[in-house]
Amino acid sequence: MHDLIKDLFLKNLDNPFLNKLGDAALIKAGSKKLAYTTDSFVIKPLFFPGGDIGKLSVCGTVNDLAVSGAEPRYLSCGMIVEDGFSYADLEKITLSIKNTCRLARVDIVAGDFKVVEKGSIDGIFINTSGIGEVFKDSRIDISRIKPGDKVIISGTIGDHAAAIILAREELKFKARIKSDCSPLNKFVSLIICRDIKFMRDPTRGGLATTLNEISLASGYDITIEEKGIPVKKSVRALCEILGFDPLYMANEGKLIAIVSGGSAKAVLSKMRKHPLGKDAAIIGEVKKHKDKKVHMKTRFGGSRILDMITGEQLPRIC
Amino acid sequence: MKYIDEFRNIRLAGKISGLIHEEAKSLEPVNFMEVCGTHTMAVERFGIRRMLPENVRLISGPGCPVCVTPKNYIDKAIGLAGLKDIIIFSFGDILKVPGTNSSLIRQRSKGRVRVAYSVLDAVEFAEKNQDKKIVFLGIGFETTVPTVAASVKYTKKKRIKNFFVYSGHKVMPPAMRLLAGDKDINVKGFLCPAHVSAIIGMRPYGVICEKYNIPCVIAGFEPLDILQSILMLLRQVKSGRAIVENQYARVVRPSGNMQALKLIEEVFSRSDSEWRGIGVIKDSGLKLSAEYMDFDAEKNIDFPKVTTRPDKGCICGSVLKGIKTPLDCGLFAKKCNPDNPCGACMVSSEGACAAYYKYPHPNPLP
Repeated sequence: MHDLIKDLFLKNLDNPFLNKLGDAALIKAGSKKLAYTTDSFVIKPLFFPGGDIGKLSVCGTVNDLAVSGAEPRYLSCGMIVEDGFSYADLEKITLSIKNTCRLARVDIVAGDFKVVEKGSIDGIFINTSGIGEVFKDSRIDISRIKPGDKVIISGTIGDHAAAIILAREELKFKARIKSDCSPLNKFVSLIICRDIKFMRDPTRGGLATTLNEISLASGYDITIEEKGIPVKKSVRALCEILGFDPLYMANEGKLIAIVSGGSAKAVLSKMRKHPLGKDAAIIGEVKKHKDKKVHMKTRFGGSRILDMITGEQLPRIC
Repeated sequence: MKYIDEFRNIRLAGKISGLIHEEAKSLEPVNFMEVCGTHTMAVERFGIRRMLPENVRLISGPGCPVCVTPKNYIDKAIGLAGLKDIIIFSFGDILKVPGTNSSLIRQRSKGRVRVAYSVLDAVEFAEKNQDKKIVFLGIGFETTVPTVAASVKYTKKKRIKNFFVYSGHKVMPPAMRLLAGDKDINVKGFLCPAHVSAIIGMRPYGVICEKYNIPCVIAGFEPLDILQSILMLLRQVKSGRAIVENQYARVVRPSGNMQALKLIEEVFSRSDSEWRGIGVIKDSGLKLSAEYMDFDAEKNIDFPKVTTRPDKGCICGSVLKGIKTPLDCGLFAKKCNPDNPCGACMVSSEGACAAYYKYPHPNPLP
């Protein structure tokens, strides 16, 4: 995927905003600093414990703006549904979009709706885009990352992916795991300060992949400690059975913050005051080495390199 | 988490590692083979090699079912997926294995290949879609065979006519006997597979001890299990004994799982089988028995003709035999990586190459 983005899209669509590969492009309109982003949502099943495609499509864009240090203001929403898609489901999804917008205090100000031939897509696809206003105190800039900075994760990892795996009902066991799908903008507005140098939400590819992206873009190694990474017991158990690694599992309501060493504890305690950050933890540090690799000290005293995700995780034979 | 955390206790691991160092003092270098892919993964994941003295070498064996599945099997399965009215069900990790021209995961985008979490998914699908022929790719050792056998029995009882098994199933002891007799590998002890042993018990390893004078220890998958098993092997080597010991007694019963064994025997019969990179091993495969022939994909479906080209430069075969390590391969981590695997050992989550790639050695070992 990363090669595709580089070799096809960046090569052809090259411009200074896109080339940064941020969660959102930072643009200026008069004296105002704005963030602008877009995201498309395809998910099976459409409804899952803790959310649905509607909630997800609002959270995804809101969170991309939030981790870029911006307060989301206006969203657009485009829906493509296949002919014969249930009206009741469409209504449920729309209500969910409404409720999530209310929670995040944003409005959908532009929209589009298309119906395509049955079978040409899987149910419903949603695209949202959003504009946000950059917080006054935001100094999010990946080039500010320096050795000694701390890595903070805002809560337990892998919940979303685990909930989706279970909701697909392909596995015959039950566990109460809810997706963490939530808008992060209010949480970010509480913690934002100059000492937060970078934030990103570890969605597809999970914590490990996002840390690799940060390491690559900043040019520094990152070392994390397995012991400190919050993972729910139920998620860990599911992973042990299936041979999945929670470090590579998607989240939809978490963020990683790179914070200057001296302020990490203060930022952490601010995070923990908010329900979305109650399990936040300092999990690692930016290192001097410049191999652009992410290392993890394992619980067992060893160390391993965390690579980018390659393709999808598939359940193993035995 | 119970049964996991206590077996990953680093303090105890240090203690056992100390005992291993003591036992290994003044010992000629020994090769112990961890037969099972899950052991290989655990060894790399927990950095167990670094806890061992230099004269105790762990070599990886052929116990990853995906890795030893021959390329021709993959090609034939891909061919099958191209046939109208056929839906293939497979366990997940076989999908990425490259065939000669494609892989099953590429076929999946065409809708003819589905991931099964259990063979019963395939049976259920067959029941509901009687206009289609459902072929389950039977890959795996004694661990997975009983559930496949049970499903075949169920489909017979239920008179489901559109469920077939394309059996690539293999059994472990014949391969271990072959490796035991190979002087180049020079195995001095086997860490026997945990889950396979839960089915077959201790008895089948006896012949390895008797005929080749090689100790066998059935080992669990957690780091303390593996370390303790290595210690048990060392003690046998030092005292000149060669017997079957069961470290994984919390799961493995000496006689195995009699019910599962009975099922296997009823539904399958032994056949010669090709192991990728190793060749044909006598009586190491399982085909559906005469009584269940109606469920054998190879006997009931016309497979399209396929041409299989051998791997170039890939040394999976020697890696699977433990003669070479992935680091000896010219393709490793260059042309061959998890994104673009050349051989099966890089694809499978339990393959030696994937394990070496995922958990790189700070100082490459010999």
